[in-house]
Amino acid sequence: MSALRLGIVLATGFLLGCVIYGCSPVKSAKAASLKPNAERHVAPDFALKDADGKTVRLSDYKGRVVLLDFWATYCGPCKIEIPWFMDFERKHKDQGFSVLGVSMDDDGWDAVKPFVNDVGINYRIVVGNDSTADKFGGIEALPTTFLIDRDGKIADVHVGLASKSDFEDAIEQLLQTPARPAGGSGRVSLPAELVGAR
Amino acid sequence: MWAQGKQYLTADAAQKLVAKRGTAAEAKITVSVDPGFHVNSNTPNDTYLIPLKLTWAPGGALEPGEVVFPKPQMEKYEFSEKPLSVFTGDFDLIAKFKVPAGASQGPGIMLGKLRYQACNSNSCFPPKTLEVRLSYQVQ
Repeated sequence: MSALRLGIVLATGFLLGCVIYGCSPVKSAKAASLKPNAERHVAPDFALKDADGKTVRLSDYKGRVVLLDFWATYCGPCKIEIPWFMDFERKHKDQGFSVLGVSMDDDGWDAVKPFVNDVGINYRIVVGNDSTADKFGGIEALPTTFLIDRDGKIADVHVGLASKSDFEDAIEQLLQTPARPAGGSGRVSLPAELVGAR
Repeated sequence: MWAQGKQYLTADAAQKLVAKRGTAAEAKITVSVDPGFHVNSNTPNDTYLIPLKLTWAPGGALEPGEVVFPKPQMEKYEFSEKPLSVFTGDFDLIAKFKVPAGASQGPGIMLGKLRYQACNSNSCFPPKTLEVRLSYQVQ
């Protein structure tokens, strides 16, 4: 085979591959075990206070991929995952991703503030309550982590300590999927204070 | 804050405490932690962990004193960098009391609250409080 014919064959193969799989330079995420779109339900909304006393609503994050982490300062497995989530926040914040931590500590901010400062958590934390837990099915085990797609729907749930790569794969997969425009619920821009602010 | 829901241990004072007025007495409380779970000891080795604690409600004929815990186990879990001070399985707490000289003779019940926080190998559960009932007879 001449060099010219070989070049034509390779170029044709590349173009065909682009047509079938796309030519994005972004590395495809390993297939994560996300729920199919049809099986996803809208995440219940809540309004909780952050450390500055500002009200944070989950619906404020519509249009972004959200990792919603129910955790507590007394929870050892939660403390393994928190540095991963800080890493995800740093890495994907500008791609439309946010981590939101919901502390379930009985002592509220008295317990949470020192911990957040000790660890240097770089994502927003709110303090949850029974009502919040009930909305999400009565959370009992910590950590319980929800991955929410850009349409505000729950795409995945992890109960207990999960693996960093499972989260990473799922986040990358969700970030590659644009929000659906149906019903005028397209991507929205968050105020700067909500984007990754503590 | 959290609804009490499922408990991860049981605690029983199986034997009635019989004590004379003007003396000291002690009761054995047997605690059984569900298989696969652990609870923090009374002296957890991390600031943020919630200790096992037994308290008695006022009002009984007995004056609550010290609660003696067994020696904790130091266990390493997948989620902890260092071994944790915990209790697992079955163990006994010794609750000490004084019986005042002027205590009323007869039967009664001391009501206690055992507060604990349980985890398994990959999850933790909200702090719970379990009621402990101790029957006594003052002679």
